[in-house]
Amino acid sequence: MESIIERILQNKFWNFHGGIHPPEQKTLTSGKPIKQLPLPKQLILPLQQHIGRQGDLLVKVGDKVLKGQALTQSSNPMAVPVHAPTSGTISAIRKSAIAHPSGLSELCIFIDVDGDDTWKTREICEDFTKLNKQKIIQKIADAGIAGMGGAGFPTHIKVNTKPEINFLIINAAECEPYITADDLLMCEQSEAIIDGIKILEQLLNPAFILIGIEDNKPRAIKALQHATKNIEKISVCVLPTKYPTGGEKQLIKILTGKEVKSGTLPIHSGIVVQNVATCFAISDAVINDIPLIRRVVTVTGQAVSKPQNVWALLGTPVNHLLEHTGFVTEHDSSKANPPVTSPPVIMGGPLMGFSILNEFVPIVKTSNCILAPSRAEMPSAFDNNSSEVECIRCGQCADVCPSQLLPQELQWSAKAKDHQQLNKLNLFDCIDCGACAYVCPSKIPLVQYYRIAKAEIRQQQQLDLKAEKAKSRFEARKLRLEKDKNAREEKHKKAAAARKIAMSKRSADGGSASSAVAAALARVKAKKKAKSNDELSVFSIEKAESSSVLSVSSDEVTDEKSQVKAAIARAKAKRLAKKDDVSTLKVANKDSEEKEKTIKTVKTVDDKKAKIAAAVAKAKAKAKKEQQPEQSLPSSNEKEVKATSTKTDDKKARIAAAVAKAKAKAKAKKTQEKDQLAVMSNEAHAPFKSSNEESE
Amino acid sequence: MAFWIASSPHNHNQTATSALMRLVIYAVLPGVFAQWYFFGWGNIIHIALAITTALTCEFIVLSLRSKNKTQNISKQLFDGSALLTAILLGICLPALAPWWISVIGVAFAIVVVKQLYGGLGNNPFNPAMAAYVMLLISFPIQMTSWQPPLDLINIDLGFTNTLTAIFTGFTSDGYSVEQLRTSIDGFTMATPLDTLKTNLGLGFTVFETIENSMFSNNLSSGLGFAFGWEWMNIAFLGGGLFLMAKKAIAWQTPISFLLSLLVCSIIAYSISPDGSASTLFHWLTGGCMLGAFFILTDPVTGATSVKGRLIIGALAGLLVYLIRTVGGYPDGVAFAVLLCNMTAPLIDQYTRPRTYGHNIDSVKSTITQEKANEKGEVK
Repeated sequence: MESIIERILQNKFWNFHGGIHPPEQKTLTSGKPIKQLPLPKQLILPLQQHIGRQGDLLVKVGDKVLKGQALTQSSNPMAVPVHAPTSGTISAIRKSAIAHPSGLSELCIFIDVDGDDTWKTREICEDFTKLNKQKIIQKIADAGIAGMGGAGFPTHIKVNTKPEINFLIINAAECEPYITADDLLMCEQSEAIIDGIKILEQLLNPAFILIGIEDNKPRAIKALQHATKNIEKISVCVLPTKYPTGGEKQLIKILTGKEVKSGTLPIHSGIVVQNVATCFAISDAVINDIPLIRRVVTVTGQAVSKPQNVWALLGTPVNHLLEHTGFVTEHDSSKANPPVTSPPVIMGGPLMGFSILNEFVPIVKTSNCILAPSRAEMPSAFDNNSSEVECIRCGQCADVCPSQLLPQELQWSAKAKDHQQLNKLNLFDCIDCGACAYVCPSKIPLVQYYRIAKAEIRQQQQLDLKAEKAKSRFEARKLRLEKDKNAREEKHKKAAAARKIAMSKRSADGGSASSAVAAALARVKAKKKAKSNDELSVFSIEKAESSSVLSVSSDEVTDEKSQVKAAIARAKAKRLAKKDDVSTLKVANKDSEEKEKTIKTVKTVDDKKAKIAAAVAKAKAKAKKEQQPEQSLPSSNEKEVKATSTKTDDKKARIAAAVAKAKAKAKAKKTQEKDQLAVMSNEAHAPFKSSNEESE
Repeated sequence: MAFWIASSPHNHNQTATSALMRLVIYAVLPGVFAQWYFFGWGNIIHIALAITTALTCEFIVLSLRSKNKTQNISKQLFDGSALLTAILLGICLPALAPWWISVIGVAFAIVVVKQLYGGLGNNPFNPAMAAYVMLLISFPIQMTSWQPPLDLINIDLGFTNTLTAIFTGFTSDGYSVEQLRTSIDGFTMATPLDTLKTNLGLGFTVFETIENSMFSNNLSSGLGFAFGWEWMNIAFLGGGLFLMAKKAIAWQTPISFLLSLLVCSIIAYSISPDGSASTLFHWLTGGCMLGAFFILTDPVTGATSVKGRLIIGALAGLLVYLIRTVGGYPDGVAFAVLLCNMTAPLIDQYTRPRTYGHNIDSVKSTITQEKANEKGEVK
């Protein structure tokens, strides 16, 4: 760091590889001031004038707009808005040819200029140092500022950075021949540019600010040195003229000796590079609240009689500029061979600019030059690369390449469409500067080959990405189908197995030994199931009984005699309950006989005795009933017995009841054992049902 | 109004391959003049023959290869590459070689070595050198019928005599080529390199050899220059330096070639002063300067990277020295060039420059290492 600054202060700079010295031709325009042009009749504003996305439309056809009014708004960080450069009416919003090398058409807003040039209301900021960072960034974003050097990267993203910035480099090199737009801007607006740099300093807080300027602009150098003489942090670095010094990476290399790692942005190395015209736009936007609606454009070349720098509103069709600079066409097409319909008009410089489709192509944020060369001046611009001959491997292209690529090898691979080799040769480090094609003695349009190859590779990458997605989608679907299929097969298998067992069970009934074992197992299972089932059913019966018992006991409380009646009623209820049970009918008959007897005794005997007798009778009756196949009877018995025992004070009666109870239980157990066997044989088929249920 | 659409860059430095070739042809003229001055009309006649043959062959092959593009053919025909090949081969041939030597040689160079591989820019071998080697191997007697410098011949060899000697094998006075090659002393003359090699083989020292009249000359007899050849080589050197100044050829190849030859001869001289010729002798005899500035610098068959060119030059120097001293032929430029042509693609493969922004870490680490070393030294 320190050594870098020391070197810079001694005016010693690094060098980048290669570079060329094409005829500069800057004197055509550098001596004349920037001209103000009358308003054009119509403006054509493409929605997208930068790298990134276009904003959302805010206006519709027929709307009246004021100068500086936003026409689109940004919904995305990579979108920057466009503004009305003057007041007027929107006459159309449709696709039109834009400033693009391929002559593409994009959505454009057409404004019929009313000539009043009425401003929207503006808030002029007296002291930008009082604004906070977010406010300034918002202002820059709202003003629609994108890098004005050529690429058009949204400025508010570039200045909104977290990492520590060592160097803020202001690119004033303007290395392309013919162009003097930045030169003149620096001469005339150096104070505003320095204000813009100060705003950037406030945002980025860099350790050093370096202004890189080529030594072919003495007036601009003087103006900048004068404007920065009191600012220690800013140093004006006068660099030797060589194309492409103004390339971002090349400028960084020259000033700091560092290289930007391939595939990363300068910001990752703590360096931010801003174009000098962008600085002017920033100061205009932040201080004067003027959005980016105009820029300096060099209109030059020998085909214009009065080449000059002009202030052009964005959206001004090129013919408006050409008219005011005296464009003359060489219309002797009879002499031309092959006949040329019209001369080329180039937007940008002679090395990186592109020829435009027609005269209605508008000026956009990145247009710094309109070049109309004559045939004598630039014959290669007219012949459309028709004079290409074989490469003789002279290697001059490699000597001038600022990225230190091997253009001749790239060219072979590009022609062979060997994308792998192109990547190996670092095609994507090519900055399209055109130095290789400029020096090529075989006149091979090298840059054109690289552009095509780059586009093909990008397209291939997109296709690959798509294919990858489709593949993963297909594989997921395949997996899902496979899973479904497996699940179905599993289900079928289980069902088949169940059917098989069922079949073998049926055959076991016939007497097979193995199926006998299975049958036994099944029986055990069935028994368990039956038990639980029975328990449930018995429980409900039990409830019914106990409720009747309760009613009986409540009766007993009021009248002891009524206990007998209750017993009779109970007996009757039970008998009713078991009516449908044929096997119990006899028992019920016996019961009723016994109960009749007890009724008689109750009538004759006194309180206590009667009670005991009743209890005994009851117990007996129950014991008999318990011979029926029901497990829960003992519990209901117990309750009954409890009910009775609570009412009877006599211990003897209790004992008798207990004895009766025990007897009843013993009997019940016996019947249970018998019943279990019976149930087993009865429900032998049950397990198959249950196994089927499980499988389902 | 629609404008003319063209791809950037729109400007061009207006150099052309044909202009480059013309420049090389101009640069070779002083050497041709020196050759004429010392050796007579022989090579001029061969150059004329070669040019005619070259243009004829080129035209035939181009018309066979391209379809209905007459304009294109004339452009390719006069791009200077065939012309240059013919001139270079004509310079290399022995002055009194029969006419069909140059015709066969150039036809081979143009048809087989250049056009069969795809024409300009696609030939792996230098056409002139490949043809020379083919002739040397196929017609050894004719290809070694070197003519001594005019001053050393006792027969007056004018233009017509040379012409008839080339076409018929006899001068108009009836002298055979064999008689023409006999010097005043009655010895058959060979090239200085050949003589030196033979004499060294016979056990003479270099000093004894250069006492021979062939070496005694007006420049400096003590240094042992080969009479006639030194001026020719100096003229080629001059032409080469002109090309380097014009940036028409890369400086790396010839410089590295000559340095390599210097190093080799110095090493050999320091080991055995009697058995080794001086560096200047090596530089200024045979096809050294022609090879260094006009053959090795052929961009098509050479290396393209800076490092690659340095390696190719050094390798060629070493090969030339080895062939001259231990090889079977007196001069080895043609063989060295062909061998280097073969290695050029491989050398290019391994001498690719570091692209901007790639492997910065390795550069940085070496720098920091250097710094660390410096610090260590300081401590």
